[in-house]
Amino acid sequence: MNFQAVKSIYRFEMSRFGRTLWQSIVAPVVSTALYFVVFGSAIGSRIAEIDGISYGAFIVPGLIMLNLLMQSISNASFGIYFPKFTGTIYEVMSAPVSFFEIVLGYAGAAATKAIILGLIILATAALFVPLHIAHPFWMALFLVLTAITFSLFGLIIGIWADNFEKLQFVPLLVVSPLVFLGGSFYSIHMLPPFWQTVTLFNPVVYLISGFRWSFYEIADVSLGTSLAMIAVFLVLCIATIWWIFKTGYRLKT
Amino acid sequence: MHPIITVSHLEKTYRGGFHALKDINLEIRKGEIFALLGPNGAGKTTLISTICGLVNPTSGSVSVDGHDIIADYRAARSLIGLVPQELTTDAFETVWATVSFSRGLFGQKPAPAHIETVLRQLSLWDKKDSRIITLSGGMKRRVMIAKALSHEPQILFLDEPTAGVDVELRRDMWELVRQLRATGVTIILTTHYIQEAQEMADRVGVINRGEIILVENKAELMRKLGRKRLILDLQKELDGVPDELNGYGLEIADEGRQLIYTYDSQAERTGITTLLKVLNETGVRVKDLNTTQSSLEEIFVNLVKKTA
Repeated sequence: MNFQAVKSIYRFEMSRFGRTLWQSIVAPVVSTALYFVVFGSAIGSRIAEIDGISYGAFIVPGLIMLNLLMQSISNASFGIYFPKFTGTIYEVMSAPVSFFEIVLGYAGAAATKAIILGLIILATAALFVPLHIAHPFWMALFLVLTAITFSLFGLIIGIWADNFEKLQFVPLLVVSPLVFLGGSFYSIHMLPPFWQTVTLFNPVVYLISGFRWSFYEIADVSLGTSLAMIAVFLVLCIATIWWIFKTGYRLKT
Repeated sequence: MHPIITVSHLEKTYRGGFHALKDINLEIRKGEIFALLGPNGAGKTTLISTICGLVNPTSGSVSVDGHDIIADYRAARSLIGLVPQELTTDAFETVWATVSFSRGLFGQKPAPAHIETVLRQLSLWDKKDSRIITLSGGMKRRVMIAKALSHEPQILFLDEPTAGVDVELRRDMWELVRQLRATGVTIILTTHYIQEAQEMADRVGVINRGEIILVENKAELMRKLGRKRLILDLQKELDGVPDELNGYGLEIADEGRQLIYTYDSQAERTGITTLLKVLNETGVRVKDLNTTQSSLEEIFVNLVKKTA
């Protein structure tokens, strides 16, 4: 195991995070604060409690997940895409590092950044709404597993993308709608039966449901189902990345 | 001498069907400077990229100091430093950070003293805290060399190292390459500047259309293939080559004040003695004479033309 290489990639990516602190942290925190002002205070005050939880508090897990997913994907995809774009990827590809070590460095840094951001948003939320975390361990587990899984997904997007449009395409046009329609701002039980069934095909539902359960012990689907879905997506991402590095897809000629 | 790189029956065909490398067999000796020459698109960069792990070979094998580049890629790659042709750098990093990153990537523990030595050797020490984006093209080229040397490689690949750099930097790089060779580093360089190969290389390989057409000791190559020219400065100008001298293929130069005779220095009979005798008989008086050897560039051009 080339630990030095993992450490180098991880540090390199984290230092990029430090350089772009403003856009990495401040922008998501400000936009989240706006969500609380609009949905929590302005509109939320007119919405009835959901399963005994105020609307402002209800949306906290969904908002954290929204940011966690978007940040994991964008950090990881940009982290691998930019060296491809500038050509500096040659150094990583010619170094004595395995695919596992490369992934550990890039996805580890992306997940770390996303988790830090998730915790900052959690702290920001605590300033606006009364928060209660019923199962801190499960909350942390969902946070970490989701960050890792979607960082891996981000790596796949970053390797697949051969221009900036493609890099933005999946996060903005696929992930963002899935998060908004995945119960971030409502319980899927509030939907008509037909749409409840359709929503179950959205993988993000399971992430938000499990994460919300860790806060308030209310869930749209069972905890086991949520964990199983994350595990399935994690395995799919790992298998895809393994194939990418084995074949050199979009990395080697 | 013990080969440090052995390339056996290496083939590379790109997905589009382009056959970039054709049955390449090559041995690079430990501690030598090997110049790989070839026209654009000949396969130089593909060959280097394959050895360094950037291009998957279609078939054949490459071993670096006995380590197969695929089965034992860690050991093989850890011996290699690569300076690619393109100027690709992390624009927003400092020189120190990017060079230190390269060392870590190759599994080496931080060694500030070594990084300082490399940066000083490359006249980059004053720029160690500068972001790469602020550096000139020549300085960026030096940074790329520093990155390749950061992990103390035994083999250094320089792919067109002096393309687009000024004369001073080119001389500096030649000096650096000589210093590295003196410490036992094997250097493989591709270049368009034949003068560079002539100046530095111990051996020369010529690749054209994906095939190695020649590998030879540079001095031997120039001796074998080098044609010599005998330049005769005449006392009186000539209007044309006298009829008696027609069989010698002489050229008139310097407005009739010179006669040039091209001959094979390796031939049993060069024809010089009889030429001088005939010149004397025909009354052509010679004021001075000198000989010149073909340059590596002329040899290279002739070789490539032959295989075209």
